[in-house]
Amino acid sequence: MSTPTVVSPGRDNSRPKPVVTGVVDCDIHPSAASPAELWQFLPERWRTYVAKFGTRLPNQPTINIVPYPRMSPGNGMRMDSWPPNGGFPASDLDFMREQLLDACGIEFGIFQPLSGASMSTNLELGAALSIAMNEWQLEKWARQDSRLKAGICIPQEDPEASVAIIERFAGNRDFVHIAVPTRTMEPFGRKRYRPIFAAAERWNLPICMHPPATGYHCNTPTGWASYYLEEHVSLAHPPQTVATSMIMEGIFERFPRLKIVLVEGGFAWVPPLAWRLDNQWRKMRDEVPHVKRPPSEYLREHFWFTTQPVEEAERPSDLLDTIRWIGANRLMFSTDYPHWDFDDPSRAFKVELSAEDHRAIFRENAVALFRLNEKLDEK
Amino acid sequence: MIAPFACAPDFDPPILDSIVSGPYSGAIDCDVHPAVPGTAALMPYLDPYWREMHALRDLDRMDLMSYPPNVPLSGRSDWRPATGTPGSDFNLLQKQALDHFGVRFAICNCIYGAQAFYDENMAAAFCRATNDWIRNDWLDRDPRLRASIVLPAQNPDLAADEIERLAGDKRFVQVLLLARCELPLGRKFYWPIYRAAERHGLPVGIHAGSMFRHSPTQCGHPSFFVEDYIAQTQAFAAQLTSFVSEGVFSKFPGMKVVLIESGVTWLPAMIWRFGKDWRGIRAEIPWVRSTPGAIIRDHVRLTVQPLDGPSNPKDVERILEHLGSEDLLLFSTDYPHWQFEGDAALPPELPENLLRKILVENPLATYPRLKETIQ
Amino acid sequence: MSRHVVAKVGEIGSGQRKIIDVGGRRVGVFHSNGEYFALLDRCPHQGASLCSGMLMSLVDSSEPGDYRISRKSEMLRCPWHGWEFDIRTGQSWCEPSKIRVKTYPVSVEPGADLVKGPYVATTYPVSIEDDYVLVEI
Repeated sequence: MSTPTVVSPGRDNSRPKPVVTGVVDCDIHPSAASPAELWQFLPERWRTYVAKFGTRLPNQPTINIVPYPRMSPGNGMRMDSWPPNGGFPASDLDFMREQLLDACGIEFGIFQPLSGASMSTNLELGAALSIAMNEWQLEKWARQDSRLKAGICIPQEDPEASVAIIERFAGNRDFVHIAVPTRTMEPFGRKRYRPIFAAAERWNLPICMHPPATGYHCNTPTGWASYYLEEHVSLAHPPQTVATSMIMEGIFERFPRLKIVLVEGGFAWVPPLAWRLDNQWRKMRDEVPHVKRPPSEYLREHFWFTTQPVEEAERPSDLLDTIRWIGANRLMFSTDYPHWDFDDPSRAFKVELSAEDHRAIFRENAVALFRLNEKLDEK
Repeated sequence: MIAPFACAPDFDPPILDSIVSGPYSGAIDCDVHPAVPGTAALMPYLDPYWREMHALRDLDRMDLMSYPPNVPLSGRSDWRPATGTPGSDFNLLQKQALDHFGVRFAICNCIYGAQAFYDENMAAAFCRATNDWIRNDWLDRDPRLRASIVLPAQNPDLAADEIERLAGDKRFVQVLLLARCELPLGRKFYWPIYRAAERHGLPVGIHAGSMFRHSPTQCGHPSFFVEDYIAQTQAFAAQLTSFVSEGVFSKFPGMKVVLIESGVTWLPAMIWRFGKDWRGIRAEIPWVRSTPGAIIRDHVRLTVQPLDGPSNPKDVERILEHLGSEDLLLFSTDYPHWQFEGDAALPPELPENLLRKILVENPLATYPRLKETIQ
Repeated sequence: MSRHVVAKVGEIGSGQRKIIDVGGRRVGVFHSNGEYFALLDRCPHQGASLCSGMLMSLVDSSEPGDYRISRKSEMLRCPWHGWEFDIRTGQSWCEPSKIRVKTYPVSVEPGADLVKGPYVATTYPVSIEDDYVLVEI
């Protein structure tokens, strides 16, 4: 029996071409081809440690798999994203160029680096791994392709170590943001995280917050969900907690130039949250006198939202109301490559955007926020 | 296929006066809150052991922390009694919630600490006493009042027993759970409750509030009450996701769920995301054989207070249209909680047909026992 | 409409597939227990190469906690978002009447008949000793 022929979709000519070139993709997840590729950037002491004891994360019951197993191999990768030369999805620069950057008209790709670094229960290991992730992003990716921009990984539960790491890398304009997970140990507006905000504001770097696969607390307020479906639906909630907490703790009065990007949470929840924030604040504002203006104003001035996974309204035109209510200037396109719930830039929106909104969402908002048109410093 | 919300064809709804302006004559208020004034009120309904324990262990003032009495939300200033917890004064509730708005019925959802006790036996005893107190001190005193059976969710078998004990009294029109429990409510652990509720035609009401088993958010404990309350929408969303994913409505096709005091406008975005996710993940939970949106619209209703919506009436109309059905909303005042000023319990300029559904038809379709007691 | 030779019988094993350019379209040809099916290789959702997805059984259930599989390798999971399509009908599982992928008629012909024509001349060699799979586009 002869083997079937499967043509690599990267060379598929029947897909529609991207509608817009010059897209900024605000959520790409690069991967190491092997743990050793990343660990080479660790000092010897931690290389030995992590080989023996691993990276321990909160509430991860099993060794090789995320707590809620995904519905595709590789812990939820797009099934066609495995590089033909071998290795894990998004571990091969050439294939990423071919399948994502070139095929989707991406002019800038912003990394949201996922690793155990930020949520390692061993904080010192988390700091070492964060530094390794940052060095790795530079050497393997950003220095090889100027389209790719990195995020500074920090162990946010150790704010002092985080500030040191920010100081170490923020001068390098290959880094365009600071990466923090949305499921932090305390709501992110809490006092302990303020040193991180100060550093972010000082360097004029947005903080990009992305959902991690595990968390310090149950993934619902009523205990642990049973299914991956529930877990995935629940990922819309941590960004809401981040926004509520940072606003109600008065963070933006203390740090008026701070910018937060909520990544991979979708965005249709933003208008109802804004209405609820204002509605309840009006009644309870005595509790939070440091919140000097309606909460929705802070939401619209300090928060951006990446689009993936774009919610698919049953009546597609309803999404236009959502975009109008949030403001197209707050949204930034993202693919989430190479995850299974990837959004293709030419097909993700099931409703036609105006040319102006399209340009803003697919490019201009991100160029402005991440200062992508600035000249890079000499390395 | 059972259609859980079909109206009895021979039912004649009451005539509404003053639909467009003024109070809501003839409407059905699906959420008012009598408050237990203190354990003394429950003493006649507790057995001797618990009466002794009350004295020994100081089992008093066990209001649920979800509604600290002095927080502005807990009582609109003109609805607060001179002394005591908001909602604890029968005469005031009668005058302000029933007479003033002119409602035909009001459903009492008593939120009390017993629902959150860690001791399941104590919870069951105090829930029983609360239900007896509601019956004697409220339902018996005004024919407009109806009530939810307060359940000890700590032990679903005991909760089912309590449903069986009271189901014969048709003035109990619903059973009551809190939004934040020990487990997601779709879990089989809770199915004895749904079996009993479905058998007796009692919707399962899920009300804002907590059993205080877990942190209110996935990021731990927020600093402020206002954050905690805002985060309740996440609990409602998680419970709905659980009900659907665990197949509760396929197991109990006659079951209805009412989300009480949820905020409402978060629902469309949740349905959109849930539906999209389900399409790709559905092989994980193959017993879910329809879209989540269809299941939710068939089995779930929401009370209108609070309606966390925009100020522009045209935008209010849009977000209500995003719900995808005119059958979902049930009128409520949430008395004495502070959700609106004056008589503005509903947004202005709602189409008259939708208004009629919210005020009367949807509540009657949701609570079949309301219709039965009209004769 | 014209008929194109896409494979020799025996070339595509049961539960296997071949993706080729045919008549200006990319098409996936599937074989299941002696029957062949052809689907356009573009997912109606976001345009992924649907036909390179994983072939699965039909997964159904009679009640919560019950899993029933049947029709091995006849449900195609899109490699991106995992939507499931029936290779026989092109219908999605989730909304069969509204979401479907285009299918094409497939036939099996002996080479002896084919050499007489008519079929679109392709570079695919045809011999009178073998049978062939044809897709009509």
